[in-house]
Amino acid sequence: MRQVAIYGKGGIGKSTTTQNLTAALGEMGKKIMIVGCDPKADSTRLILGGLAQKTVLDTLREEGDDIDLDEIMKIGFKGIKCVESGGPEPGVGCAGRGIITSISMLESLGAYKEDLDYVFYDVLGDVVCGGFAMPIREGKAQEIYIVASGEMMAMYAANNISKGIQKYAKTGGTRLGGIICNSRKVDNELEMLKAFAKELGTQLIHFVPRDNIVQRAEINRKTVIDFDPTSNQADEYRKLAKAIDDNDMFVIPKPMTQERLEEILMEFGILDVA
Amino acid sequence: MLELTPKEISKRKALTINPAKTCQPIGAMYAALGIHKCLPHSHGSQGCCSYHRMHLTRHYRDPIMASTSSFTEGAAVFGGKPNLQTAIKNVFNIYKPDVIAINTTCLSETIGDDIPSIIQSTDIPEGKYVIHANTPSYVGSHITGFSNMVKAMVSYFSEKEENVLTKKVNIIPGFVEPSDMREIKRIAKIMGLDIIMFPDTSGVLDTPNTGKFIMYPDGGTTVEELKATGMSRATIALGKFASEQAAYELEKKCNVTPYVLKSPVGIKATDELIMKMASLTGKEIPYELEEERGQLVDLMIDIHQHYSGKKVAIFGDPDITISMTEFAISLGMKPIYVITGTPGKDFDDIVTKMLEDAGIEGKVKSAGDLFELHQWIKNEPVDLLIGNTYGKYISKAENIPLVRVGFPILDRVGHTYLPTVGYKGAIRIIEKISSALLDKFDRECADEDFELVM
Repeated sequence: MRQVAIYGKGGIGKSTTTQNLTAALGEMGKKIMIVGCDPKADSTRLILGGLAQKTVLDTLREEGDDIDLDEIMKIGFKGIKCVESGGPEPGVGCAGRGIITSISMLESLGAYKEDLDYVFYDVLGDVVCGGFAMPIREGKAQEIYIVASGEMMAMYAANNISKGIQKYAKTGGTRLGGIICNSRKVDNELEMLKAFAKELGTQLIHFVPRDNIVQRAEINRKTVIDFDPTSNQADEYRKLAKAIDDNDMFVIPKPMTQERLEEILMEFGILDVA
Repeated sequence: MLELTPKEISKRKALTINPAKTCQPIGAMYAALGIHKCLPHSHGSQGCCSYHRMHLTRHYRDPIMASTSSFTEGAAVFGGKPNLQTAIKNVFNIYKPDVIAINTTCLSETIGDDIPSIIQSTDIPEGKYVIHANTPSYVGSHITGFSNMVKAMVSYFSEKEENVLTKKVNIIPGFVEPSDMREIKRIAKIMGLDIIMFPDTSGVLDTPNTGKFIMYPDGGTTVEELKATGMSRATIALGKFASEQAAYELEKKCNVTPYVLKSPVGIKATDELIMKMASLTGKEIPYELEEERGQLVDLMIDIHQHYSGKKVAIFGDPDITISMTEFAISLGMKPIYVITGTPGKDFDDIVTKMLEDAGIEGKVKSAGDLFELHQWIKNEPVDLLIGNTYGKYISKAENIPLVRVGFPILDRVGHTYLPTVGYKGAIRIIEKISSALLDKFDRECADEDFELVM
């Protein structure tokens, strides 16, 4: 069982990328579980065809901790198992603690079946506190992919997340598997992210181009692979899935200083305007 | 038990060994018990509440009542609002206090529960009150917690009516024993000063055994008195660390003049309190108090040979430790080590100045711990320890007598009934110091030095 955590700046497209990626892996015949680690609970919408999910924490709140796995796990596209951790309403309680609680609960309920090929954790935004590092603690996710784009703040967040990974890599086995570019059509994006990944000591595992079909599929509550399996974009996600399935480059990242990060931006980001 | 404490002092960061302080809520709970018919409420998990009650119970040897929000996993994730609302409803229904005084805990502070908005959105029965203080234990100490709760009494209760000024003077006694609060009230009465003392745990934590359990004894500052503090003509805050915040809040809120004095332990600090009282009454100091002071001076002279020149280490809570250091100097002792676990640079400045003025070379430390004190003692021993029960380990390891003063005292009795403040309290401290030193001498001296008259 490979446990994979997906991190990245808020709004970068982690959930969209994760679901399209898992859909492609599902198509390849892999057995997959997605664990959404975001209080918004929107990590499995495309796989399940809507926000049909009752979250682990909602169930915990309403029914106590004596719950069945069936109540919180739903099966979606290509048999992908979907769990949403959920969390408190905005402004109260502790969402980080919520993730710790729900992942512990999934473990004790036996959600991690031997026959799973992949468990994906889709984690909110930044590693802001201990709770959001839960998926990479205690030998859970061994591989991490960071979704980024050529935008400054996305790379800044990716660099910051690498600091978190570096911390946990020292004590556990967790490693960075690569950067996934979810293109924003920024100038010179591919070269910039390649250089950025190299500087971190990792690889740009795939460059997912921007295509409006993703948006159309989302409106229809579907992944691209489900919505239009013959489209180019579906093939891009298949390539990403294959690259991750074949990946053997797992590193402890070397986060860079703010100065170095800005140097890379200056070097690649400014094109001569002809 | 402490034979492994190394003599060599190495630099320590982020590590406290044998702390000289405890949690904020302990102080907050103690302060809250000084309100008449008040039930302290701990907003957090059950363990916090149990520990704080147990610690106070062991010191006061009376059952300490307090309720808890009983956080579970769910409360930690979703916030403690439903727990607190249910708690308020249940506590008023079942235990029927007049006031619920909520203190927070590390958990509720860390998840960021907004207590005022929870209180506002809860139905509170007519004539009942809910107050709160934020008391995260990773900040300050139990003294900070005490100070925060006393300040909350002012923020919630103190009222100012236009053009109303009573003849009363507020006295904030600080984190001292019920016996001390009784003694300060007695002194005020002799001085003819009409006071409101808050908080006041006398009559709450030093109650007689009547064979009946009384949930809310007669003692404690009433809500009416707390409201009236805003119309008093002055506030005397005893102890900078435990009391000044509330006094300043009263000044800000109701324009009541604050006077911050030392905790009245020892002759000088008691003199200062009585002089302040005299300046407020404008009357002569009654003979009764002059007599007590004269007795104290007589005793100080009669037996100065027992303690004069002895080296002493003083530790404990800042206000009492500061005054105790001053008194030790008055007695001609040499307080060469003075520490408190409570953080606060003011402590270092005040005590260092005292030692300098007395020509004593010593070490002073706030946010210190007993491990370091022990190391200092290993390098240069002292003749006497003055502090709380936690000093007994050093006392045993180094064969140095310990005089128990301050909080907590978990292994001796008397503190709740017999004061250490005022002239009477000073006499009691001298008795203890003298006995401790002479007992050791008698136990260990050669037969030819064993004297009947000392």
